Amino acid sequence: MTYFADVGALARKDLLLELRARDTLPAMLLFVVATFVVFHFSLPAHSSQLAASGLLWVAILFTALLGLGRAFVPEREQRVLDGLVLAPCDRSAIWLAKSIATLAFLGAAELVALPVFALFFHGIGAATVAGVVLADIGICAVGTFLGAMAVATRARDLLLPLLFLPLAIPIVVGGVGASVAGSPGRYLAFLALYDVLFGLLCWATFEYVVTE
Amino acid sequence: MRVVSRLSRVPLPALAVASLVLMTVALTLVFYVAPNDADQGFSQRIFYFHVSIAFTAYACFAAGAWKALRHLWKRDPGADLESYVAVHQGVIFGTLVLLTGSIWAKISWGHWWLWGEDELVLFLVLFLFYCAYFMLRFSVDPGPQRANFSAVYALFGVVLIPVSFLAIRIAKSFVHPEVFTLHGPNFGGWILVTYCVAQAALLLLAYTLYRVELTGKRLDARIRELRFA
Amino acid sequence: MIRARKVGKRFGDKRVLRGVDLDVARGAFAVVTGPNGSGKTTLLRLCAGLAVPSEGELEVDAPRAAVGYLAHEPLVYRELTALENLDLYGRLYRVPERRERIGMLLERFCLWDVRHDRVVSYSRGMTQRLALCRVLLHEPELLVLDEPYTALDTAGAELLDAQLAELHGERTVLVSTHDPDRVAQLATQQLALA
Repeated sequence: MTYFADVGALARKDLLLELRARDTLPAMLLFVVATFVVFHFSLPAHSSQLAASGLLWVAILFTALLGLGRAFVPEREQRVLDGLVLAPCDRSAIWLAKSIATLAFLGAAELVALPVFALFFHGIGAATVAGVVLADIGICAVGTFLGAMAVATRARDLLLPLLFLPLAIPIVVGGVGASVAGSPGRYLAFLALYDVLFGLLCWATFEYVVTE
Repeated sequence: MRVVSRLSRVPLPALAVASLVLMTVALTLVFYVAPNDADQGFSQRIFYFHVSIAFTAYACFAAGAWKALRHLWKRDPGADLESYVAVHQGVIFGTLVLLTGSIWAKISWGHWWLWGEDELVLFLVLFLFYCAYFMLRFSVDPGPQRANFSAVYALFGVVLIPVSFLAIRIAKSFVHPEVFTLHGPNFGGWILVTYCVAQAALLLLAYTLYRVELTGKRLDARIRELRFA
Repeated sequence: MIRARKVGKRFGDKRVLRGVDLDVARGAFAVVTGPNGSGKTTLLRLCAGLAVPSEGELEVDAPRAAVGYLAHEPLVYRELTALENLDLYGRLYRVPERRERIGMLLERFCLWDVRHDRVVSYSRGMTQRLALCRVLLHEPELLVLDEPYTALDTAGAELLDAQLAELHGERTVLVSTHDPDRVAQLATQQLALA
């Protein structure tokens, strides 16, 4: 139980930081809407609705990347991560709390983005929403993990998309499948499988990312 | 594992000679002994190398992940370098998979690239993933942190392989509904023998290259240690 | 409390520390001195558990929860207030009677009046005093202090003097400084790094 108390305290801190600085969420919102407008002009007239569904996933992925790139910036400044690592809590709590916080930001951005998508392109079904929720979990779990590595490198922000995109391809497959396939069940199951597998892997190995 | 540990005591020149001999035998079998494919003729012979190179690449990635686990779990001091060298060999063989697969696709279907070919797409994903591995490794200063990052990312790789494979399979129903089925060779007789010899030759070649690179890298590290001592 | 035998640390090819022997008994007050780049910070990071030695043996007989580490950086969030920062650490360290303890420390280090201000608005000396509050918050058995007098004004330095004198003998202290005279009266042993 103390584990979840630690996660709660850390996640609360991240939400508080965002509330204070207010830079990540507005940027994500603006970015996702701007992406939709770009998509409108990059899709030739009379292209199928399916193409727009596919682009929705590109928009989600890149919006998430924007937020994930910022995730560990407060810890990077002043090396606060050292302070958290020294605390007696389990190190994976740092990852879990940060994932929950980024999930909250991404979810908030999508609460606006999905209705805007429906307004600009076409309606969204329940399967797509379920796919988005499951994909968000995977994106935030893996992305936060890789973000913690990326901020500790010389290349920093440059590295995160390179590390993340190959790992995000299965998420896109599951998400697009859930949006366009007749029977989305197996795509949702695939997304859930991805979340479980990579969630466990991140949870088990995060300690090595922040310690020597 | 015991076989591998025994193999690691075989001197390098002996390994090199053995893989040279085995490679020659494999080439001879592939070009002169194996029968022509009824459907695709002579060009189908690239299959022997394409498939065995792919398997060798998987073996390298798996070895890299195994060494990564050794590093994280047992703190084995040499495991970081061994993991890196194994992944490096995997990427070399993975590039060869893309190359041979591309040639095969051109001959069989007239296109250099084919999204319908699962293994080719999977290796493209893996190629991108492991290129990012190198980017990650070379943007961290040498030391325990770099070793940990590399090891963790190598572990992500072996989870990504089956997950991506599954993803590419289920993506076909909406990305490429038409399914290409390879003209599967009827394993038997000389075909089986040729394949097995080619596979053994490539695995041994990969292991020899791994040992060569490892020896060089260890020597480098030793020289630097002496210089800065 | 701390037992180091031929401890060395390398970052790639760069050797920042080699052959350090150190024994710090429980309740001792050890002072580490040396010029810039002699590895003081690295040695303290090793003792605090933030790094592992590349060679040699190092035993620190204190769990993570019982170590207080003062780094060069204050290790607090600049966008949060002093109170919020200490509250977060108090929760993570499971400090009993957290609010009272935090209030007492803020009072002692003269930060009570600015407790609702964000750290970014603090002067360097105030930030250092907040960092000291963070280190002392969970009443650690082992204090590892890296240049604790940095940026402190006369009043701040005297506060720290008093605090260290109070802990003297009860807690184990490992402190690095380029001004060993300041803590000469308290020091029970000294290690000079070259």
